[in-house]
Amino acid sequence: MPKRKKSSKTDAAQKGWAKRLLRLKVNGEIKEVATETSKTLLEVLREDLNLTGTKHGCELGECGTCTVLINGDAVLSCLVLGVESEDAEIVTVEGLMRDSQPHPLQRAFADLGATQCGYCIPGILLTAKVLLDKNPHPTRDEVREALSGNLCRCTGYTKILEAVELAARGEEGQ
Amino acid sequence: MLRLPEFNYIRAKSLKQAGRLLADLGPEAMAVAGGTDVYPKMKRGQFTPRHLVSLRFLSELRGIRPGTKDGMWIGAGETLTAVSQNPAVNKLFPALAHAAGSVSTPQLRNVGTIGGNVFVDTRCNYYDQTFFWRQAAGFCMKKDGDICLVAPKSKMCLAVFSSDTAPVLVSLGAVATFSGPNGLRRVLFDECYRDDGINFLTKQSNEVLQGISIPRPAFGQRNVYLKLRRRGSFDFPVLGVAAAMQFNPKGVCLSSKIVLTAVASAPVVVDEAAHLLEGKTVTRDAIEAAAEAAAKVSHPVDNADLDYWYRKRMTKVYVKRALAELAGIQLELEKGAVKPRQI
Repeated sequence: MPKRKKSSKTDAAQKGWAKRLLRLKVNGEIKEVATETSKTLLEVLREDLNLTGTKHGCELGECGTCTVLINGDAVLSCLVLGVESEDAEIVTVEGLMRDSQPHPLQRAFADLGATQCGYCIPGILLTAKVLLDKNPHPTRDEVREALSGNLCRCTGYTKILEAVELAARGEEGQ
Repeated sequence: MLRLPEFNYIRAKSLKQAGRLLADLGPEAMAVAGGTDVYPKMKRGQFTPRHLVSLRFLSELRGIRPGTKDGMWIGAGETLTAVSQNPAVNKLFPALAHAAGSVSTPQLRNVGTIGGNVFVDTRCNYYDQTFFWRQAAGFCMKKDGDICLVAPKSKMCLAVFSSDTAPVLVSLGAVATFSGPNGLRRVLFDECYRDDGINFLTKQSNEVLQGISIPRPAFGQRNVYLKLRRRGSFDFPVLGVAAAMQFNPKGVCLSSKIVLTAVASAPVVVDEAAHLLEGKTVTRDAIEAAAEAAAKVSHPVDNADLDYWYRKRMTKVYVKRALAELAGIQLELEKGAVKPRQI
């Protein structure tokens, strides 16, 4: 029966799979970090840069909770290598705040209590941000389509859709 | 936690270099572009490459050009989002735009490429599992084992061909351009696949898909793609029907091609059904007969989501719907059927 090769840091060093210095632009700041080539952007963000707002979910590209923005597009950070994210503008949920104020979407989610356990929310906020940046007044179906890759296991989808629409109308925080 | 195993990452500087690297490094090397299928499979121990040759930043794989002499050119490295939102693709080949837009989720389509989707690995309930699951259940012949767990007497792997875009390209008569050690090679998509779950591609391992040429649609040609899956938001197809038909101004069908996906280890071209329609005015009865013929060659096995007998029955329903859409015929919904909601 085949055995799965276990790789450890010493293995990596022995085989020449040493760490690599990455230069990432996260939330407008240049960060340099020495890390393994095999790490996904999600792992680099959480483990090397301590940006734990981005969540680990299925790690297979099925749930959307690890969504971050790369050059303005929502992508799954569990399926992108850290080394492939150099020279790109990365935005995580920590980068949504402007002038120490929450983003309108964050306010709208708080107003409506659209977060239940909150685990899927970082991914949903970033996906919704891209939608509103490109289409400031989306219909319900357009919001649904844009968020179709973000699973919420609390199944609180109605409030989430309403919160995105509230932010689109600019009526949050009232 | 599922982590990627260690590997040697090489960023190819040109397509030529990528081909050379794949040839030199042999079976231990694998090409990766978007990585949306490769990385999950590496995490689950299904793919175990020692070297990854990244094609992600190659400008040679980019570009969607509608007006080339061979028709429309789509670079293999274009993302599925780019293909599904391209105005020219939407105008000329709505089936391709719909198929590309129905792959997985918006986030994944922003990274996943059309080249990756047309040659996406075949899938099976016993194969697409974590290493630990497969170890507990017993390995299958596609990876690490020697029998097929779906049909233990089968000598061949029965994993399901699960690409959405490939059947559309086959139905449109598209041509794949491969870049390999001996230069460029052009092959009809029809000839790129074989019905074997393990060796389902006819291309060599050191060849890289550079792009796709789709012939300019003939006057009166229409195309459509319909996909059956459990969730409307995202899932691999458990049945897909791609159809392209050319009509003359009087509504007579001049040529037609119907291709099924997710019912075998390769796209299935249903010539029998197409012959029933050619040279005739497409009526409800003709559609019924063609759909019946398509259902006959559809043999899904019990290794994907939804019951296999249901998928076989739905072949007829989906072929009927696809052909009716092309012919502009309004069908009554089948008894007990719910109107499908297209997202």
